[in-house]
Amino acid sequence: MHELAVAQALIEQVGDVIRQHRAQRATRIRVRIGPLAGVVPELLGNAFPLAATGSRMEHAVLDLVAAPITVRCETCDAETEATMNRLVCAACGDWHTRIISGDELLLESVELETTPSLTSGL
Amino acid sequence: MCDTCGCNLTPGNRHLAFKPVAPGSTAVSVLKNLLAKNDDQATHNREHFDRRGILALNLMSSPGSGKTALLEATLAALKDEFTCAVIEGDLETENDALRIRALGVQAHQIVTGTACHLDAHLVHDALHRMNLDGVDILFIENVGNLVCPASFDLGQHLNVTLLSVTEGDDKPAKYPVMFRAADAMLLTKTDLLAVLDDFDPDKAEAHLRNLANPAPVMRLSARRALGMDAWLAWLRNELAAQRARVKHGQTRRPAIQPDGAQLHRATA
Ligand SMILES: Nc1nc2c(ncn2[C@@H]2O[C@H](COP(=O)(O)OP(=O)(O)OP(=O)(O)O)[C@@H](O)[C@H]2O)c(=O)[nH]1
Ligand SMILES: [Mg+2]
Ligand SMILES: [Zn+2]
Ligand SMILES: [Zn+2]
Ligand SMILES: [Zn+2]
Ligand SMILES: [Zn+2]
Repeated sequence: MHELAVAQALIEQVGDVIRQHRAQRATRIRVRIGPLAGVVPELLGNAFPLAATGSRMEHAVLDLVAAPITVRCETCDAETEATMNRLVCAACGDWHTRIISGDELLLESVELETTPSLTSGL
Repeated sequence: MCDTCGCNLTPGNRHLAFKPVAPGSTAVSVLKNLLAKNDDQATHNREHFDRRGILALNLMSSPGSGKTALLEATLAALKDEFTCAVIEGDLETENDALRIRALGVQAHQIVTGTACHLDAHLVHDALHRMNLDGVDILFIENVGNLVCPASFDLGQHLNVTLLSVTEGDDKPAKYPVMFRAADAMLLTKTDLLAVLDDFDPDKAEAHLRNLANPAPVMRLSARRALGMDAWLAWLRNELAAQRARVKHGQTRRPAIQPDGAQLHRATA
């Protein structure tokens, strides 16, 4: 499954953040997943510890935040909630809509353990 | 802005991002697409295509929906008009590339082994092993799979999603991520419609519209040469559009790239 590929991409990105901020390790990682991103949160949650073994985020808590599906109607401009396979406007029923939320796969934030000297400098 | 990791820090939100959570620790706000590295590679691949004026298409479907058969019929029909090339993605075997080469068309086979989708890095490796000089259209046949290929941008300009009439007309409702990514949906093997009375092409199209997807829907049979003209006309039209874009230094990303990511960033 491609959730392993996604977990590896996540680890690479968090690794970049750890290096950039000269941190010791990541303790908490927050990822925002929309249902339309094509990634199953449970599978990503299972793949992450396997892929993270031996890295500086091995013991990090992975927070997977579910994003709701919201669409904006191009006809009536309403912003309404939608479901995976019915992305139509809930106000007027038109299918000419744009996704506002629900297809994202974002690394939102990372909590880092830094050295005391670095923290006191902030 | 933190250049190395690309996080969205500005002087305005810096105090939020670096809010200390506990002594000796820091919370960093990143707001970056998880597949950003793949997407960067895909952007680079697109530059390869645009520099040469090539139109690149990504063909996706379930296993056996008729991607290679469609390519065979298409390449034969276009052989005096355009130079085409093909990248084949399969879990195992060179069979599909052999079928294409039998028509005298350049084909590079990517054997993915266990990976059930192509990604931008695999396609880039293939590009550097091919001769792209004089190529007008590059077809990338993705691994037969209705799930993950939709999540990985390869650098193509357009996604073509095939649905054969043997699969059921509610596939777009069952695999919304895949069908939302289609720039064109092809209903294939229509010669079998006569014996399959439960596939309603209009219903398949209605399911696609429910995904807010305006993509054209074309019905065809590659084996019986039915409905091929509309598909070939669409290809010619898209190649002309690509050439016009290239002339103006523009490009096009497929529907696969959620423009939502941009929106979320702006509103985050
Ligand atoms: N009746 C009919 N059969 C077709 C048509 N197109 C393809 N087929 C048959 O469907 C089967 C699979 O076709 P392929 O073209 O190999 O399908 P594919 O999508 O490339 O398959 P994978 O690469 O394995 O995912 C073959 O037995 C084809 O002969 C068609 O238009 N009509
Ligand atoms: Mg094939
Ligand atoms: Zn509306
Ligand atoms: Zn940073
Ligand atoms: Zn996959
Ligand atoms: Zn290159």
